[in-house]
Order: sequence, then structure tokens, then C-alpha cells
Amino acid sequence: MARLYEYQSKKLLSEGGVRVPRGEVAFSAAEARAIARKIAKPVVLKIQVWLTGRAGLGGIQFADSPQEAEEKAGRLLGMKVKNSVIDRILVEEKLAVKAEYFAGLVLDDAQKCPLLIFSSVGGTGIEEIARKHPEKIAKLAIDVGAGLGEFEARNLVRKAGLTGNVMTQLAELLTRFYEVARTKDARSAEINPLVLTEDDFVYAADCHLVIDDYAVFRHPELGIEVAREFDRPPTELEKIAYKVEEKDYRGTFYFFQMTEKIPEDEKYIGFHGAGGGGSMMSMDAVLDKGFKLANYCDTSGNPPASKVYRAAKIILSQPGIRGYFASGSGLASQEQYHSARGLIKAFTEEHLSVPAVIRLGGNYEEEAIRILGAYGQNLPAKVEGYGRDDAPEKCASRLEELIRENREVKHEVRPIAEFRPIAEAYSFDTLTGKLFIDHRKCPGCKSKGCLGACAPKILKLQGDRPVLAITPEEAKKGKCTECLACEIFCCFHEQNAIVIHLPIPGLKEYREKLLRD
Amino acid sequence: MSILVDEKSRVVIQGITGREGMTRAKLMKDYGTNVVAGVTPGRGGQDVYGIPVYDSVEEAGEKQGPIDISVIFIPAALVKNAALEAIDAGVKLLVIVPDRVPIFDVLEISGAAKEKGARFVGPNTLGLLSPGKAVLGMIGGRAERAREWFKAGPIGVSSRSGGMTSAISYYLTQAGCGQSTIIHVGGDAIVGLSHPEVMELFEQDGETRAVAMFGEIGTTQEERVADLIESRKFSKPLIAFIGGKAAKSGTRFSHAGAIVEGNRGSYETKVKRLREAGVLVVDSIFDIPKKAKELLK
Repeated sequence: MARLYEYQSKKLLSEGGVRVPRGEVAFSAAEARAIARKIAKPVVLKIQVWLTGRAGLGGIQFADSPQEAEEKAGRLLGMKVKNSVIDRILVEEKLAVKAEYFAGLVLDDAQKCPLLIFSSVGGTGIEEIARKHPEKIAKLAIDVGAGLGEFEARNLVRKAGLTGNVMTQLAELLTRFYEVARTKDARSAEINPLVLTEDDFVYAADCHLVIDDYAVFRHPELGIEVAREFDRPPTELEKIAYKVEEKDYRGTFYFFQMTEKIPEDEKYIGFHGAGGGGSMMSMDAVLDKGFKLANYCDTSGNPPASKVYRAAKIILSQPGIRGYFASGSGLASQEQYHSARGLIKAFTEEHLSVPAVIRLGGNYEEEAIRILGAYGQNLPAKVEGYGRDDAPEKCASRLEELIRENREVKHEVRPIAEFRPIAEAYSFDTLTGKLFIDHRKCPGCKSKGCLGACAPKILKLQGDRPVLAITPEEAKKGKCTECLACEIFCCFHEQNAIVIHLPIPGLKEYREKLLRD
Repeated sequence: MSILVDEKSRVVIQGITGREGMTRAKLMKDYGTNVVAGVTPGRGGQDVYGIPVYDSVEEAGEKQGPIDISVIFIPAALVKNAALEAIDAGVKLLVIVPDRVPIFDVLEISGAAKEKGARFVGPNTLGLLSPGKAVLGMIGGRAERAREWFKAGPIGVSSRSGGMTSAISYYLTQAGCGQSTIIHVGGDAIVGLSHPEVMELFEQDGETRAVAMFGEIGTTQEERVADLIESRKFSKPLIAFIGGKAAKSGTRFSHAGAIVEGNRGSYETKVKRLREAGVLVVDSIFDIPKKAKELLK
């Protein structure tokens, strides 16, 4: 659920015809002063953060003059609130408040419709008020096809105990509020307080919109960088991960960082789940063992090996983790060897020095476990694969033992070397990368096993050298599924002539910065 | 017996010529699902694994006769139109496999379905399977695995996680407890058939003697199952597991959600409500087959 800041939400409301206080966002104290001067009235300064209860944190201040606004803005900017540092504040006119109301929109999973809530009391403590005074609250289930009629809105406001001019003004505001939420695909929306001023106008004095992640693609105008539910701005690593997901529609990859700085003495691990329910259950199992998660990651929905590889590379960009835990439902419908190959490519490149327990139950799990065992055995730390009959609890215990045996060694992030393709190598583009075959090495190969390993069977021999059996365009369009089987086979059984370069934009620079600091 | 689908149900696959559609058409056909047609606009006249392809659901119905179910494999952004097309053509059960379907689209589909007396499973669902009869969607991945993992029997399975639908059913099979129908209700916040609606169907099914349910934090589905039991609309033994125990309850951004749902949605309230209603809530997935076995004795 992509959250919008108050100032962004208010801009949308205003465009939709809802009255909001005059104001602008400021990124510096000087800007705050300029805005206050323009408004030429006492102003309110509000920190912009994805949390409620800002007043209690001292995040809302009043100023009577531009000087005072500048001074107070200077104190608010840079303030630390939970996980985020305040980098912007909203400076707007202070309203003369006569009364406060509340309007909210949620999507009701039981009735499967938007539910509009109006309360004739608003402001802080609305939840408490709702419990104590249910008669002040009115709710309306909206038919998405028909939309919200103004007469319906009037009845809603009336039921909450308001009449007259205020009632009609509010009803009009509510229909516009719903229209904005609907057209912007908001999963939830809220105006609190909804203010009646001394001169009898209604204003949205505060507003929060949460946009449906799945509909963000319809709204490029919103400039949402990472369409995920966060209560803070995304970290650098999360942004890198999101770019990977954006560019590859195959399967789903979700990455959430719990901490950017792993404390020295705490048992953190990298977590790589597969599928929501299985991931959650697996997470519960490792947390029960006293581990903490550096990150929560989920690759599911039949992702290609290349996507799992990128996920692993991102997880292994977190210094200080003591182990790697991958586990899904235990019975995946997809072929599990793809994930195994993705992990092996990443672990090999990283010279993995912390143990990994990989629970890959599902279709062809035997093959997946064999791949992990055979190709992971020469790594500095142990890699073990488990299947459908091994419980997550058992796997979590095994990780605990392995970490102990490994003397609690902490993962060190390595720099990513500049990729230098061999100029004369045979190559073709894949959907998200490029495959190189160093044909000079091929004469030494007896088995030509890359042909057999290739899952989509798109390679053929030309003399003693493997080349594409399809057109390069077809390979690039996705016929090469980036299953990584040819590379893994050639690397471990033959001449190490094949490499599939799968860039992760920003990761190299990210690691460099990490190593510098 | 089974719920929602059996070997006689006449099925159409929308998006049959796409990457997923084609793969899963094979799974469904191989498993025994009565797939009578595929639909991809502009591809009418082709065939996929011997399944004739038509330009529209309506045309498929004209040429092949009445259609009971449509399974949809269409990119998320286009799902709404595909679903509305199927509903308009008179299909009464839709299985919407894709994930990332915009939530307002789901609400619109729901409105149209209600009007025409249709139902839907998903979106973001692995589908459903009645062992030995038919599979809709992608459960099992391949027919031979689906045959090995799932066996016919008296336990209904309803899950909010796709992987766990398979896993729980497989562990039940291992313990000697077959399944009547296993269903992944979908992973999204708003889905067509949710747990309580599935429970009502299992209640009506003569073969189902007990139900296993995989719940998760968020939504009111599990609480509504408890309500259903208390209002005596569901009376069969129910074993439940709720995922997400360790997930910290998220910082609430919305007061409105809290006003509507109260404390519904959290791990604690779900477990408490279900236990109050007499549901057997277990702490480990592996306790589900154990308890099921005891129940069947």
C-alpha cells in the first residue's frame, strides 16, 4: 500500500474540488519562511511522515510570523521519528476552528465494497470517541458501479447528527472525497480532522491517502517510487530490489529490510521465503529459535532462476548476517531446481561464508536438493537442502547448529567486480541479461552437457560449439528462460565457458558505499 | 462428492495461448478436468493441446455448449474485462489466478457477479482441486504430482496461502486422510469466495466430514468463520492454523480501519475468536494431519 504524504494527498483533494488550507511543502527552513510570508497569516508547520499522532511527537508547531516559521522549521527538519528522519514539512494557513469532524474510506472485505465513514466528532482520539459515542458515527456501503450519490452523502451526515448548511457542505465534500479516492485507486483514505471554520466553511485540515499497490501503474502522475507498504521511506537496498521486480514480470519478488545496521551481538540472519503463507510460517519458526531477521524477502509465483539469484545477491548485501534461511510452503507447484540454481550462482559468486539452510519442498525437490548439495559443497560454509517432509522448525534448528559450528562467523559483503565480457565470446541477450559462451574452451568439452541441461532446449551444436537454435530475438523475448542450467553445468562439470551476466542496477555502487563507510 | 468442481464441470480457459495459460491447460487436461474450450481474442480457430480456441467466451458457449467455469490466466491489468466477459456470458464460477489485480477492479467484478448470480475464487489464487476429479488453476503444477500428492477423502481444505493449500493437503494424504476439495481462496485483501463462504459450501457437502483451514493475519475472514459457527451455519469439526504470529502488528495508518474492524485482523483475536467458537486451533502445521486422523477415528 503506497502511502502518500499529507501534502500530496491534499493536493489531490484540492484538484478534486475539496477545500484545503492554503499551503506548500518546504524542504528547508528558508523555504518555510518564504511560504509563510506568501500566506501572510499565522501558519501551522507539520512534519510529513507516514505516521499518525504527530502532535504528540511535537511534530506540529504554530508560527505567527515568517521568522518564527523559519526558526521552528529548522528544528522540525532533521527530527528523528521512528525509522525516518524528517526531510519535509507542510507549511499552511492556520484555520480558526469551530468544529472538527471525521471522514474515512476503507474497503470492506466482508461486504466487498468501499465503506464510507463519517463522524460528527473528529480530531485526536477518534477511535475512543467511536467506541463511546456510536451515535456520532454513520457508515455507508458504496456500490462501486453507481458511485456515491449526493443524497446518500446527505443522509449519512444527517445520521451522524448534523443539519442545515453544514450538512449540505459536508455532503458535497464527501462525494468529492470519494471521487478522488476512487479515481486514484485509494485502498484507504481519511480526512481527520475535517474542520468547520468560524466563518462556516468546511476544510480538509489533514488527509492521508493510501494507494493500492496493484493500481499504481495507472497513476504515473503520483510519482510513487516503490509501490509497497512501508511506514517509512524505502531504504536504498529496497529501491534496488524494487527495480528488479519492476523490470521482470515473471513471478513476484518482495524485499523488506528490517534493519540497515545489524548490531554486533545479535543473531541476525538473511531470510528468503517463497509464498506468503509458507514464508510467514517459516519466519515464525526462525524467530522462535531466537533469530532476528535482517530482511524479509519473498520470491514466489514461479519466478525464473535469474530472479531468485538477484534476490539472493541483494540479501547477501547485508553485512553481519550469520546465516541464510530459505523456506516456503514445503510443497511448491513450481519446479524447485530453478530456485536451487539461482541460489547456487549467487552463493558461488559470493564465496558464501555463512551457513545456508534451504527448504525447497515441491515439484522436483530431489533435483533441487541434489543441486544444492553437489554444487554447494566447496563453499567455505555449509549449504544444506531440505524437502517437503522436513518441517520449518527442524530446518531452523539445523541452521542454529550450523551457525554454532561455523563459530557465529558474520557475513562480509564483497565488492562486485566490474563485468568484463570476453570480447570474442559468442553471446546473445536474454530477457534481463546477457549470455556469453567462450567458444575457445569448447573443444576441451566432451559431454556437451549444456545442451541437455538447457530447460527450454534452445541450444544446438555448430561443429563442437553450442549456439542458439532459435533466433537471438526469440531468446531475448523470453525463450531463454534464464534457468541458468547451462552455466551451472559448464561451471561445475566442464570448462567454465558459459556465464550469464545478470546485472542488478545500483548494487555495485551500493556495496562500494557500504565498504567505504 | 466435492464442492465447486468435479469431473463433469465444463471448463473454459481464458488466456489459454499465454505462457501460464498454456502450461496450466496441460495440467488441467492431463489431470482429468473437462476443459471444453480456450479463449484468446484474435486467436480463434487455433488449438492448444487439442483444446479448441475461440475469440470470446460467448462464442465458446455457442460452439461447445454451456460453460460452468472459467479459469482466467490474463495479465492483471486486463483481468477485469476478462472476468466481466465471462460473467456476461453466463458463467457461474470464475477462478481468477493472476495476482496484482487492482482492488477496485475486484470490487467491480464482485458487483457484476452478484448481479448475475455468479461466484469467483481469487484473485491471486493457485486454484482448487477435487482429488481424482478435476483441478482448476495450477495446484500440483503437473498432473502426475497432483495425483501423487492429493487423494480423495473426507477432509475439506481451505487456505489463504497457495503453497500451504498444497502442503497441508499433502501432509493429510501422508497421514492417510484424503480430501474432498482443496481450495486456495486467494492471497489478496478482498477475494471472491472467502473462508466463511467456503465453510458454508463444505457444510452442504455430504462427503466432507471435517475441514482444515489455513488462516492469516489481516482481513476478517477467520473471525467471520467463528461468527458462522456461533450462528450454527457451520457445524463440522474445524482444525485451523493461523500464520503470522510473529509479525509485529503494523503501525496503523488509518483510524477508519480501526473503527470498522475494531480489533479484528490480529493473530490474537483470530485465535481467540476461533477457540471461543470451538475450533481446534493448532500451533504447528504438522498437527493438522494428527488432529484430522483423531477426528476420523
